[in-house]
Amino acid sequence: MTRLFRALSALLVSLAFATAATAQEPLRVDVTQGNLDPLPVALPDFIGASDEAATRGSDITRVITNDLASSGLFAPVDPAAYIEAIENIDLRPRFSDWRVINASALLAGRVTIQEDGRLLVAFRLWDTRLEDQLLGLQFVTAPENWRRVAHKVADAVYQRLTGEAGYFDTRIVYVSEGRGTEDEPVRQLAMMDQDGANPSFLTDRSYMALLPNYSPTTQEITYVSFIEGQATTYLYDLQTGRQEALFASNGRGAASQVNPEGQSLSARFSPDGSQLAVSIETRGGHDVHLFDLRTRNLVRLTDHPADDVEPSFSPDGQQIVFSSARGGGSQLYVMNADGTDVHRVSFGDGRYTTPVWSPRGDLIAFTKQSGNQFSLGVVRADGSGIERILYEGYYVDTPAWSPNGRVLLFTRGEGRSNGTRYEIWSIDLAGFNLRRLATGGMASDPAWSPLIE
Amino acid sequence: MKMKLLVIAALGAFATACASTPPVQEAAPIARPPAQPTAQPHEPTGPVAGSIADFVQNAGDRVFYGYDRHDLTPEARETLRRQAAWLASYSGTRILVAGNCDERGTREYNLALGARRANAARDYLVSQGVDPSRISTVSYGKERPACRDSGEACWAVNRNATTTITGGYTN
Repeated sequence: MTRLFRALSALLVSLAFATAATAQEPLRVDVTQGNLDPLPVALPDFIGASDEAATRGSDITRVITNDLASSGLFAPVDPAAYIEAIENIDLRPRFSDWRVINASALLAGRVTIQEDGRLLVAFRLWDTRLEDQLLGLQFVTAPENWRRVAHKVADAVYQRLTGEAGYFDTRIVYVSEGRGTEDEPVRQLAMMDQDGANPSFLTDRSYMALLPNYSPTTQEITYVSFIEGQATTYLYDLQTGRQEALFASNGRGAASQVNPEGQSLSARFSPDGSQLAVSIETRGGHDVHLFDLRTRNLVRLTDHPADDVEPSFSPDGQQIVFSSARGGGSQLYVMNADGTDVHRVSFGDGRYTTPVWSPRGDLIAFTKQSGNQFSLGVVRADGSGIERILYEGYYVDTPAWSPNGRVLLFTRGEGRSNGTRYEIWSIDLAGFNLRRLATGGMASDPAWSPLIE
Repeated sequence: MKMKLLVIAALGAFATACASTPPVQEAAPIARPPAQPTAQPHEPTGPVAGSIADFVQNAGDRVFYGYDRHDLTPEARETLRRQAAWLASYSGTRILVAGNCDERGTREYNLALGARRANAARDYLVSQGVDPSRISTVSYGKERPACRDSGEACWAVNRNATTTITGGYTN
């Protein structure tokens, strides 16, 4: 665990070449709508002076290529088509060789193994039409962090070409689902890199763990555990492994004993990481509460006979969206973070649940259940009720935004005669690029980390 | 040999009938296997009075709910009255009432719905004289289905509140 979270040691970022200003239109990926025409990029293996460096260079290039391709916004050019072999990244490439194979951008990089054993990874991103350097950076890191450097290079390329922050140097926590030796349900928290690498379990099989949520500011999560009929919401520091019980039903040893019978559900962080919004059972129904992680003060925000559940903060921290059956069927409601001005924001037919506010602020992702059909959608947060369905299928649950608000992960279920099979899939906000996340077995409840520092 | 085949056929017919009948009555739950037919004359011995098996067999350990509902049916009330009577007879026992849901709903929604189901059963038991301090509740939502198959017959079985004796019982 410690190794996983060791920061990139002495991360060096420096602009190697000054980029000449140009009057011409700069290279940019259009991300305003469904991108049916991804940008062709050439990603030759990063070079290295030794066999070891060259091998690591091709490892790094493979990770970068997979990251960029998985976004759906980039189309890596088939390496078999390359004409020029990059031998020195400090020389200007032969741009015509790259234009003729339709590569709009070229990433050329080099791996150097320093005397102290650390990796120095340098790269230049070129616009092949303007014959201009778009980006030149280098990273220095401990050798075991090579995958993170690759993700950081991919993030830098993504940001330079789309104008939006990347999301590749991130992790995903989720629930690994299975059955135990006596056929009992197994629900373990697991964590992996965004691309499926470095999978590990965070909890063991002795108890059920559900509904993880990632802090937007720290390497901490919340989740709900079930141990022998006892449901408890935990705060879990992933760097130290320390866990703290925050809210417990049946009132056993937690920071806040809300109600002798009260069961708490998923706890979501405020954007600054200082507070949690959580639905807790009080007097037979669930209400949205606000918990201050510093003062340990718990305030009830809603007080309605219907269940108010699944609260999620707006990115400015001023508002909270939640789902409630107060109007009959479950719909989505927005209120101020102090509980005032509750108003409905979803108006379609069907049962709306799992609202999650986009990091960009304008949209709220949701699950909608109509008859026997489930769908994943987004609705405008402004109360206009304008919504867009991104995916429809047998089962949808627990959407989670990428930290840049561009991609949604969600639980997707497919009906089988012996029960539903659950997997985590990702989809672009524009409703394309549906992909399965590389979890080992059945998986659900994705939680996406912020960009790692 | 012929006898064995007959028994298998009979079991098959029972399972089919069970799968197609929504368990609106507590007599129907498929989680309890049918008594094994046996060729030998055998004096049936009931479970030990005050034991968990006694509770399950003579009171009934679960009540069922309609789709997306948490109100008690007349059958559910009947079962809970038997549970309350049993609990009155064995006043040292403690129980956990667990609310469960079918899988055709999102996870957190079902956890809240399961809590409603558990609370409805708990409140009725209290109204029948059971001391609330003897009762704990939990919602498992859709996470602990009694029936794993897909389809309405299975989902109907999974919409329940299940009462477990957690302490004070006779072994």
